[in-house]
Amino acid sequence: MIRFNKFKCLIYLELEKEIIIKIHNISKQYRLGQIGTGALRHDLNRWWCKIQGKEDPYLKIGDTNDRSTKATSNYVWALKNINFEVERGEIVGIIGKNGAGKSTLLKLLSRVTSPTTGEINFGGRVASLLEVGTGFHGEMTGRENIYLNGAILGMTKKEITSKIDEIIDFSGCERYIDTPVKRYSSGMYVRLAFAVAAFLEPEILIVDEVLAVGDAEFQKKAVGKMQDISREGGRTVLFVSHNMAVIQKLCPTTILLSNGEFAMKGKTEDVIDLYLSQSVLNNSVYIFNTKVSALKIAFVTKLSILDLDDNLMSEIPIGKQWKVKILFTINEKANNLIVGLGMTDMFDVPIRTTWTQPNNYEPGNYCATFIEDKIKFNQGQYKLIIGISKGASQVIEYLDKDIFLTISDAVYQQENTIINNKSGFIVDQMKVLIEQI
Amino acid sequence: MSSKNIKSDWLYTITPKSNFFSINFKEIWQYRDLLLLFVRRDVITVYKQTILGPLWYLIQPMFTSITFTIIFNNLAGIETGAVPPFLFNLTGITIWNYFTSCFTGTSNTFGSNSAIFGKVYFPRIISPLSLVVSSLLKFGIQLVILIVFYIYFYSNGADISLNGWVILFPILIVMMGLLSLGLGMIISSMVTKYRDLNYLVGFGVQLLMYISAVVYPMALVEQKMPDFAWVVKYNPLAYIIETTRFMFLNVGELPFFGLIYTLIITIVILLIGLLLFNKTEKNFIDTV
Repeated sequence: MIRFNKFKCLIYLELEKEIIIKIHNISKQYRLGQIGTGALRHDLNRWWCKIQGKEDPYLKIGDTNDRSTKATSNYVWALKNINFEVERGEIVGIIGKNGAGKSTLLKLLSRVTSPTTGEINFGGRVASLLEVGTGFHGEMTGRENIYLNGAILGMTKKEITSKIDEIIDFSGCERYIDTPVKRYSSGMYVRLAFAVAAFLEPEILIVDEVLAVGDAEFQKKAVGKMQDISREGGRTVLFVSHNMAVIQKLCPTTILLSNGEFAMKGKTEDVIDLYLSQSVLNNSVYIFNTKVSALKIAFVTKLSILDLDDNLMSEIPIGKQWKVKILFTINEKANNLIVGLGMTDMFDVPIRTTWTQPNNYEPGNYCATFIEDKIKFNQGQYKLIIGISKGASQVIEYLDKDIFLTISDAVYQQENTIINNKSGFIVDQMKVLIEQI
Repeated sequence: MSSKNIKSDWLYTITPKSNFFSINFKEIWQYRDLLLLFVRRDVITVYKQTILGPLWYLIQPMFTSITFTIIFNNLAGIETGAVPPFLFNLTGITIWNYFTSCFTGTSNTFGSNSAIFGKVYFPRIISPLSLVVSSLLKFGIQLVILIVFYIYFYSNGADISLNGWVILFPILIVMMGLLSLGLGMIISSMVTKYRDLNYLVGFGVQLLMYISAVVYPMALVEQKMPDFAWVVKYNPLAYIIETTRFMFLNVGELPFFGLIYTLIITIVILLIGLLLFNKTEKNFIDTV
């Protein structure tokens, strides 16, 4: 499942390892709920304790940051006791579920807000990109905004002047550069904004998911620029993203946060494996909430993963044949209905889609069975997607969330070939002929 | 490497608590270009897509002055001595506008900049400082119209003359700038948590004008309402405005002790402002 590894080897040629960011016991507490009249009371209480030389009473309480559970107090630890170090020249990805504390960590590192406890040390100039185009003013021209935004990000006027031609060129907005940016299309706006950021030259660069904007061409350009930055060496980059493919491409090392706590720092592939295993529930049966879908023409009620002998399988040993049964209900007579089962990898890269023949259905319950008896998939996690549509275009049901198929790594041998268990999605080997010529 | 050695090598350190007065002047100097660009932004974007553009800077004090002259001098009968009432009011309003422009701008520093402050770090004080500078430019333009009217009235035989002290006028302006900066920073620091203050600032400034001797000479209050004269006498703004008129129109006396008092108040308020501002800037984004 691991691809894009070619850049990793280039970076670690540095001489000595020098710690450039040291994060020591960082915690950040937030108050839940509304800030209103209670704030004054708590402030006074806090102040009173401080005068008496006591500890802040609100620091003792607080829950770990699990978004879904009910809180027991009004304070929550968005980050708790985070410790790690980053070396000069390291490109570090930061991953975690929503609410794991990624953005809070970046905010602390960018000095937008300060930690509740702990200390962060920096050995170099920091520039942070939590957003592109910070401070852009719609009434000002592209050129004026380049200067303003550049200065906000920490460049001097002289630096910007020396780079402005490159920036304009990179943005591809030359024709509009003396037009107010409020007239720009949103894509141009983002291009211009990213172009400024791309020419920052700090020793430490902190990047939030800013690459997730713009069109495909621009994203490619932006990722390329990030790679250039990292390959030139010496520069340290911290990069937050939900896009595992980009993380793998850019970052040799990754940090995993979970519920505000530091889970792991290590080689990106190991960390991503851990992250994915945390988010996957090994299930053989998925029941879908029918309350919402009961008004549709057709809806899916249940999916189960079985072997060919109809045993439910939470994990399928590599090489074993399997099938997926999908139960669905038809509410009213429907013509030309097709049911589809898609399969993607964990980064949502499509692997295969299978569609049934168009069929006319009377109201009732049905079961569609998709049988996999030819291709042997490699070990790992895959996502399943179910779709029901009318004809080729009208989508009636589309379920693409949290349905996982797990292929376990039970040993599988095939004659004459060596199985490397992480060499792709498909285990089946091609025919190979070697002859002397 | 021992840990002590490493520590001295750090470029900077983030900790939860700030030092009492940790103003990093070097850092502010490094961001001087940003300050100038903010000033530029403030100036060029205010009257974009208006027909009269920067003329609005001139129209506003002029019409205010006309209104005040009609109401306070013609209707209410406030005496301004030999000085034409219009010029008397215009002088007061020009310097008063400088105060309100600085003060209302800086008092909302955190509110109006939260989008930027929430995303990127720079010394936060750059924002209020840039407002003081851009207000200064605006004040400069308004000073021009004051001078134009001054020459007009002078050439029409009005009994007005500059006082020699006028060469110290720049000091007065700096004092006014720092006083409004200090007040603005105090309010802006508190407003992040307690937004009620926003409303207070809105009408508070209007009311403040009436106790700042903008439309009447200080002596008049003492003469007509001796019981309430202290309200004006303890108001440092009143002395600055009174002194401005003394310098430009040669009316009244130089309130020497009043100015010393104003200077002390300015320094105290500025220090309190810096202190609160420093304390607030670290975490305000969590409460704004």
